[in-house]
Formats: sequence, C-alpha cells, structure tokens
Amino acid sequence: MTLETIIFLVLIPLVIALALLFIRHDAARGPIVFIGAAATAAFSVVLAIQQEIWSDAGPNLLWSGATESAEITGNVMMVVEAALAVVIFILGIKYKKVLASVLVAIQCPILIWFELTKGHSIEVANNINIDQFSLIMVLIIGIIGTLICVYAVGYMKDFQSHHADQPDRRWWFFFLMFLFLSAMFGIVLSNNLIYMYFFWEITTLCSFFLIGYTKTDEAVKNSFRALIMNLLGGLAFVLAIVMLGGTYGTLEIDQLIQTGVAAKALGQPDYIINAVVMLLCFAGITKAAQMPFNSWLLGAMVAPTPTSALLHSSTMVKAGVFLIVKLAPLLGVQGIMDLGSPGFMVMMVGGVTFVLASFAAVTQSNAKRVLAYSTIANLGLIVACAGLGTPEGVWAAIMLIIFHAVTKSLLFLSVGTAEHNIGSRDIEDMDGLFGRMPRLAVFMIIGIAAMFLAPFGMLVSKWAALQSFVDAGGIWVVLMVVFGSAVTVFYWGKWLGKLTAIVANRQNIQDKVHGEEWFVLMGHIVLVIIISLSFPLFSGNVVVPFITDAFSGLSDASAVALSSDNMIIMVVLVAVILVLPLLFYGRTRKRIVPLYMAGANEGDNLTFAGAMGKDVPVRLRNWYMEGVFSEKLMNRIGVIATCFIFAVSFSFVASLALSVFRYLQGGGAL
Amino acid sequence: MTVSIYAVIGLVCYLIAGPFVGGFLAGVDRRITARMQGRFGPPIMQPFYDVRKLIEKEPVTVNSGQDFYVMCFLVFVIITGGLFFFGENLLLVIFALTTANLFLVVAAYSSNSPYSQIGAERELLQMMAYEPMVLLTAVGLYMTTGSFRIGDIVAGGGLENGGIPLQYLVGIFIGYIFILTIKFRKSPFDLSLSHHAHQELVKGVTTEFSGRTLALIEVAHWYENVFLLGFIFLFFQNGTWYMAVVGIVVALLAYFLEIFIDNAFARMKWQFALKSSWIVTITFGAVNLILLYYLKGLM
Repeated sequence: MTLETIIFLVLIPLVIALALLFIRHDAARGPIVFIGAAATAAFSVVLAIQQEIWSDAGPNLLWSGATESAEITGNVMMVVEAALAVVIFILGIKYKKVLASVLVAIQCPILIWFELTKGHSIEVANNINIDQFSLIMVLIIGIIGTLICVYAVGYMKDFQSHHADQPDRRWWFFFLMFLFLSAMFGIVLSNNLIYMYFFWEITTLCSFFLIGYTKTDEAVKNSFRALIMNLLGGLAFVLAIVMLGGTYGTLEIDQLIQTGVAAKALGQPDYIINAVVMLLCFAGITKAAQMPFNSWLLGAMVAPTPTSALLHSSTMVKAGVFLIVKLAPLLGVQGIMDLGSPGFMVMMVGGVTFVLASFAAVTQSNAKRVLAYSTIANLGLIVACAGLGTPEGVWAAIMLIIFHAVTKSLLFLSVGTAEHNIGSRDIEDMDGLFGRMPRLAVFMIIGIAAMFLAPFGMLVSKWAALQSFVDAGGIWVVLMVVFGSAVTVFYWGKWLGKLTAIVANRQNIQDKVHGEEWFVLMGHIVLVIIISLSFPLFSGNVVVPFITDAFSGLSDASAVALSSDNMIIMVVLVAVILVLPLLFYGRTRKRIVPLYMAGANEGDNLTFAGAMGKDVPVRLRNWYMEGVFSEKLMNRIGVIATCFIFAVSFSFVASLALSVFRYLQGGGAL
Repeated sequence: MTVSIYAVIGLVCYLIAGPFVGGFLAGVDRRITARMQGRFGPPIMQPFYDVRKLIEKEPVTVNSGQDFYVMCFLVFVIITGGLFFFGENLLLVIFALTTANLFLVVAAYSSNSPYSQIGAERELLQMMAYEPMVLLTAVGLYMTTGSFRIGDIVAGGGLENGGIPLQYLVGIFIGYIFILTIKFRKSPFDLSLSHHAHQELVKGVTTEFSGRTLALIEVAHWYENVFLLGFIFLFFQNGTWYMAVVGIVVALLAYFLEIFIDNAFARMKWQFALKSSWIVTITFGAVNLILLYYLKGLM
C-alpha cells in the first residue's frame, strides 16, 4: 500500500513531465500543470497521512532489493545513468567545458563497474526509508514545489512575451520542473545509496538545464559552473558508495548510520565510516551551495525566477542539507578543535558560510542576489547545526529547513512578480512599492519579517541553533552566528524600510498580475502564518519523534532546544503581531502635513527648493557599505577558509583510514 | 510553568515604575551633563514636563502609517522589558528588543524623508554594531550560570560558593559597557539620534515625529534604558539581597560613566562605531568566552 503510494508519488510528476514534453500546445499546458500539481500535492499529503507522520511509529523501511521489481528498477537506473553520462560528456565537449566531461567520465564508469562487480553481490534489504523527516521533505516538495510550478504558468507567459524573439521552449522548462520534483521525492525516500545517487544526479542535470534555459552566453557559462561543482559532489558520492560497499558490504543509509553509531557508542571512531560520512557530507555541501561552491547558486539567477524559487526553497539545495541532517547522528564534535571528525568539518564549513554569506548580502542591491546570499547563509546555519550532531542541533536544522522553504519561496516569487511589473529586480527601484503594488508589498514585508524577526519561525530556529552551539561546544560557530545574525538584521532591515516607505504620487499598478500568481502568493502567506502559529505542535508531534528515533534512547524533552514555554510565548507574539496591523494600521485622524526636507518642501513631498531657487527632486538610496563588506573579499576569504578546512579534515581522515586499511591488509583484526 | 512571586512583582514594578525611573534617570542625566558643561541645567523633572508638553501639541503626522509603527515600537519595548523583569529567557529578550527597534527603524523609513531615512539607516548600523556583544553577554551568563532564564541567573543558580557571574565574565562586562554607549545613544556613538545640538545630524530617526507620537518614543526609551541597566545588574547576582544592592549601585555607576563618556568625546564616524565595537566584542567578549570554555573544561 505504502510502496504503491511512493511509486505513484515519484511517477506522477514524471508522467506530467513527459506529458508536458510531448504536448506542447499552449492552451493545454496550463491545465496539465494544474492537474499535475494538484495530484502531486494530494499524493504527498496522502503519503503523510498513510504513514501517520504525527505518530511515534519510527522509520518504515521497505522494498527489499531481492524483489523482481527492485532488480528491474536497478537495471533501468543504471542504463539511464549511463545514457545521461554520455549526454553530459558530449555537451561538455560541445561547449568546451572539458572538466564536466572529465568528471562524468571518471564517476560513471566507476559506479557501473562497482555495480556490476562488487555491488551485484550486495543484498539490499530495504531500498526505501520513510521517516518523519523524509515526510516533512515530501510535504515541502509536494506543496511548495508544486505551488512554484503553478506560479510558473503565468510567469512564463510574461517571460515569453518579454523574450518574443526567442523560440518558445516552455515545454522544456515545465518538463524539467516536474522531473525535478520527481527526482526530489526519490532522494528523500531512498535508503539505498545507489538509488539516492541516481536521483541526486538527475537533480544536478535538471538544474543544469534550467539554469541554461535561456541559452545566453552567461546562462551557458553559469549552468556549466553549477554542473561541474555538483559533479564534483557526485564524484564524492560515488567514492563513498564504493568505499562503503567495498568494506562493509552494504549500501543502505540506515545500516551506515547504525554501524557508525555503534562505533561511536563504543568510543572508538570508525575511520572508514568517518571517511564515507565525510565524502557524503562533501557531496551535500556542494549541492547545498556552501562555500567554496556558493558561486553556482548565485550564477543560477540567470534563469527565470521560478527556477530560483525552486532551487532555493524546496529542491536542490535542500537535497544537500537533507543528506547532511540525515547523517547528523554520525557527526558531532568533541572539544573545540576536533579536526579529524566529519562533524567538525561540516560545522566549520557551515559556520564560515553563514557569516561570510551574510556579510556579502549587505553589499547587494539586486533583490535576487540578496535572497541568494541569504539562502546560502541559512543553509550554512543548517549545515552547521547538523555538524554538531546533537538532538538539539538537528531540531534547529529541521525547523530551519521548514521555515526557510516556505519563506524563501514566497520572497523569490514576490520579487519575480515585482520584476515583471515594475521592470526591475533592484531593491532601489522598489521605492514606494507600497503605493504601486500594495498587496505585493505586504506579502514581501511578511516574507522579510518572517526571515529574521522575532517571533517568526526563522528566528525561533536561529535561537535554537545558537542555544545548541553553546551547549555542544561549538564555540567557534557561536561567534560566527552572533556576527552573522547582527548583519542579517541590517540587510533585511534596510530592504524592509524601502518597502514600507510611503512615497507620494504612486500609481497602483498591481491589477496586471496574473491570477495564478496571486493564488500562489496567497497560498504561501497562509502557509507562513499557519506554520508560525502551529510550530510547537509540529515540533512535538513530528520533529521530536524523528529525533528520538534517530538518537535512540533519548527523552522527548532533550530533543528540543527550546522549552515549550518559550515556544508558546513566540506563538502568542506572532498572534499579537498579526492582529495589531489589522486593528490599527493606517487609522489616523491627525492632520497630514508635509515632510521636513533639506530645503523648503515644494508641497509634493518629492521636491524641495534647493540653492539658487532650483527645484531639487529627492532621491534616497540605501546603504551598501562596499568598503566594509566587500562581496569579492568575503568570497575570497570564504574559499580560502573552507578549502583549508577541507584539506585538513580530509588529510586527517584519509591518513587514518589508510592506516586502518593497511592494518587489515597485513592480516590484523580490528 | 510555575510563576514565582518575584517574577510577578518584577513585572508589575517594571510596568508601573519603569517609565518613572527611566524619566528620572533622564532628568539626572541632563542635570549632570549641564554641570559637566558648566551650566546649571534643567530641573530633574524636566523630561516629564517635556513629555506632557508634547502630548498637548496639535496632533499632526506626515502619513497615516508611521503612528502605527511607533505604537508597535512602544508595545514591543514594553514586552521586551516585561519578559526581562518577569525572568524569562535572555535570548528571547534580546530578539524581542531587535524586533522593537526595527519598528522604530521602519517608522522612520516610512516617512520617506531624507533625514529620517539617514537616521533609520544609522540606527540599523548601530544595531549591527552592538548586537554581537549583547548576544555574547547572554551566552557568557549562560556558560557561567547554566541557564538563559533571567529568573535562574538572579537566583544565582549554577555558581558555587556564592560566586557571581562577573568573576568569570570581566571581558564580557567591559564589552557590554562599551556597547551600552551605543544603546544609550551617547556620543561618540550617537549617530542616529542625539541630544547634542551641535552634531551634523541631530534627531535623525525621530525627525518626522511630533507631538504625541514623539512622546511615545520618549517613554519607550525610558522603558528601554531601565532594562538595559538590568543587564548590568545580572552580572552581580548570586541570590543574596546585598549583591542585589551592589548590582543596582554598579548599574547606576555605569549610567554615570556613560554620561561622562558622552561629554568627553566628539561624535565619531560610522566606520569607527562599527569597527571599534566589533573589535571590542572580539578582543574582550569572544576571548573571554573561549577562555571560559577551556576553564569549564578544566573545572
């Protein structure tokens, strides 16, 4: 029963994708997308209900590799993988990006060789794993992801009319979007690493094609950058599979975690497991666009906005953090300088990324770039929390994933709508958006507030994160978090200010927005509010059961970073902050008077009498502090610091793993 | 959730007496400042007279939105202080304070007036400058007392032999005093809002507010100042009454020190405000925490 639902869940988006690929008629596309989105969302909810997401039932492992269906699936995957590798290889050569071809020419043969030799004899007990965390991801993908697809229908209509000289390739766009959703479902439900790798590579490819959608030089360049960086992660993934399968004879994530946790409990780190975990986390780090790989996500903005919304909120980068958080029981740090452990590497890379990406965001005036840096920073925080490897840290990480998915998608889509209507995505041009597109401005204000202000969810999670770093000895990350979050307040605050500014004489132009766009944006707002009001329930009934299973033998109370009192206070404050504007905003009986300006106000609040009796229009610009927080400098520091962390950690683990390996070869026993 | 009687007393006292204490301190500030400058100065009660006068003024505004934000500012400052004196979580208090301040910033931005906006941006800059140190203060208190709850910190939990948090947190204490200059809007860091008429931008954030709205902001600042001094109080607590007295005395001394600094320095540029507070945060705050971490490992 469950297995069928899962297969449906992966197949429905796939079938819709294929339908969109072949039925290219403009009038048919809308209905197909709507039906497909509704069906996908419905099935993800059905799966959550079937699996009783709110119960303590524990993970549900399914689908033995010995069944015929699993064997056929495995073979199909191998063939598809080989075919895709050939495609990438040829594209790499065609566009003179040899590195992509080289990477794919290394990893694909290794994996196929492994599958045909050693891998063939490995018995996989369970190909699928459903637990509360994967169900949360299913809901995020199934609801946010499909909402973005619906939004894209109207958006791409405008996009096409803005780019009328280009051939209409929307069929390709929507094919990729739905394929992406299908692959994401695959990732979060796989227990077999080879399955996960298969879906992992599909998301890499989908993002590659989506980024390159417009086929401009910049788009092609950026899409290859994304491809190469993600293939690097893919290579690490393959090495992890080979290493784990070769030494322990298993390919299953739950087995990997069990073996590692057992070794950890004995107090003897297992260096081979550590190396495997490190490689997998490295793959996660590339996908989650952590430094030094953050440039691919920034480059991804050349794509139409729904792509960015999809990559940043519910898919792609979330696949990276999903894997790392999943492995969190094997992470963790002992002491302040635990150089050789995978937890230390993950935590430090996340922390460095959080603080430096936040700094870089200050200097950006392009709204999408601000959002991109904020995504990178928040993912950094999630990664760092997972690196701590404590229940509290995992709680904070999962909460961050949930809140970030909804809020970031809302913001990207709002910016997309603003861009199509005011003709710019620059924050400076959003001056007086409150007058021009009041509803959209309110949506953006809610989104921004939800990203960084108490009492909304992101802040709750940040608070929990800070608490868990202090508790678990992540003192370096505590320092990074306090500076990073101070800067976060600055860059969101000035954007918020621009939006709330009431500029005289602005015409309302918001009636040109498509109906689907309003529907989707409204849906996001409802989700943001519902989640902010109900997160304590969600925490207690869904997140905590997952954590108590993942860290066996844990009491419910120690799985949460925040006490329930504090959570209730936050919810009450959310209610206050939602009710206040409804009651009081804009109600004044006071006399409205002109502004105070640098010279005499000409009466319209837009010009003043300057020197020599000349009228001077007022122009207000925000503050970007390029001299202090230079984007270039932050990226350079980030690349050096994170590469250094990788180098130290990998050399530690490689030498340890090698010595264990030699010892075993020499006939010793562990 | 058991509510202690002290928490309720603390909350009620703050809500009722907070503005009076804050206003009184403001009056003392003006008197001392005047004496330092060789003037006689206004009566101690002058801040209250000022507020009364503001309330009596003709109600005008530049747009229909900003009064709402100012009201939210006041509401959230009171909530923040209330949570503090009720003995709630210190981090929650800090985050609520950020929200409160942001309402003031947004109120200033909403007018779309040049002076207001510069003031608002500078206010954001100041928040960015002081926030790391404030958070580290909370972390330091947590590491010494084992709790973020103010109620527990005041009760002296976690420390042995009647010790006070300050004995492990000298660096943090210095850092907090440093950024308090920013929070009290004192020269050299009174970039967004000053009470000295000679600065290049005097009432940045509050340029576009008048009458009753401005009075609300004044009252909000009184509320805010009282609980900012409350942070200093926390450094001295071990659950005894005499250390509570010591805490209050030191808080008042710190207030005096800030007045002195205010009169001894000219306004600095924003770069200096940001860099110096971050450098102090790292050299005093962060180093203190790292040492404390090792110390805790040894204990």
